[in-house]
Amino acid sequence: MSHATYDVVVVGAGIVGAACADEFSRRGMRVAVVDCEMVGSGATATGMGHIVAMDDSNAQFALTRYSQQLWQTLRPELPEDVEYDQCGTIWVAADEEEMIEVLRKRDYYGQREVPTEVLDSRTLLRLEPNLRPGLAGGLLVMEDAVLYPPCAAHFLMERAQKRGATFHLGQPVADAGQGRVRMRDGSEISAGIIVNAAGAGAGHLTPGVEIKKRKGHLVITDRYAGFLRHQLVELGYLKSAHSISSDSVAFNVQPRRTGQILIGSSRQYGADHHEVDSGILARMLQRACEYLPGLAQMSAIRTWTGFRAATPDKLPFIGPWPVDKSLFLATGHEGLGITTSLATARILVDQITGTKPEIPIEPYLPSRVAKEHAHV
Amino acid sequence: MSSPLTVTVNGAPIVVPSGATVAVAMVIAGKACRVSVGGEPRGPLCGMGICFECRVAINGQPHRPGCQILCEQGMDVRTDE
Repeated sequence: MSHATYDVVVVGAGIVGAACADEFSRRGMRVAVVDCEMVGSGATATGMGHIVAMDDSNAQFALTRYSQQLWQTLRPELPEDVEYDQCGTIWVAADEEEMIEVLRKRDYYGQREVPTEVLDSRTLLRLEPNLRPGLAGGLLVMEDAVLYPPCAAHFLMERAQKRGATFHLGQPVADAGQGRVRMRDGSEISAGIIVNAAGAGAGHLTPGVEIKKRKGHLVITDRYAGFLRHQLVELGYLKSAHSISSDSVAFNVQPRRTGQILIGSSRQYGADHHEVDSGILARMLQRACEYLPGLAQMSAIRTWTGFRAATPDKLPFIGPWPVDKSLFLATGHEGLGITTSLATARILVDQITGTKPEIPIEPYLPSRVAKEHAHV
Repeated sequence: MSSPLTVTVNGAPIVVPSGATVAVAMVIAGKACRVSVGGEPRGPLCGMGICFECRVAINGQPHRPGCQILCEQGMDVRTDE
């Protein structure tokens, strides 16, 4: 292990850490990245990989939309294996009550210059003929996209590496802060700035950072080209994804470029083991089959789980950790880390270099929760 | 001994003994069942429904394990070609 001094050490080589390494190096800073596994592991390897504008809150919208536009700018440079596909999202409304939500969403996005199209029942079935008949309609958000996150992380890391960034992979970090990262083997890397981009492990690395692991299950099918054309999400998702306490499942599927279909989603707190929970899996697949009955005839080739890094208020931590001048956070992105990785890196490095960020950063500052810990 | 059956493989009639699996029909037809992602022809390997190398579309349903399904008169079998 090198004892060289860097400007920045990023802990975590997932998509957020990779985006940070890319951005720091773009601004001429000397960067080292450490990860106990490899580039693009953790939630980056296990998540779905959507690039979506989300409207749970104004702050969430600002970050996801800004980041989506950064991805759109980056798109011509992305290699084939990143599989960036602007398939669009359709928010599926099962009944008239959910159609009211479709109209609310259309207005919200419309006021913020995000193009959408309201789909009636017939148009929805024309766009996605394998949905069950009788659904009320939906909202097509055409600029939403999907990609393959591990390859996106590799692309960002390789770009950083070409600018001189170095990696230290496969070594667990013992602790990080006060201007140095100490590996479990005793070696150290020092830097003026330490970035905790450790995802679901961020709270373990920096005590006081309130990150909970939120477990998810995914299933991928064999190749069924043409079965599905857009990412589909049920509007009932809003009810299930936001309940903090109970286990929940929701219909969310993505077409992949191979013709495979990625089927989600589930959310569980307090389940810290990696094993597939057959009860949750059955509920998730049953929900998916209610919307796409043809899924029941398909072969699933792999099932796996992963852990989202969830914060108490559903927004990530991006910025200085108030109790340690050298330490910055870039974590807590829950299910939106792939989307928001690029914007996270931008506004973090903006803060550090004294550049004016393009969106207000206050909602993401870790100090909003650290106040409670400041006296400890 | 019951009489032979006729299935079609990519539209061409293939006569098989009663009780033959679709994998047998593919061997008689002399065709690969599918093409791998890397572009290689693939066919029956384990013969017991584990390796999934012998997947074909049967009566319009894709990715069916040919070694586990018995031929039926008039069955439509399609490969990736």
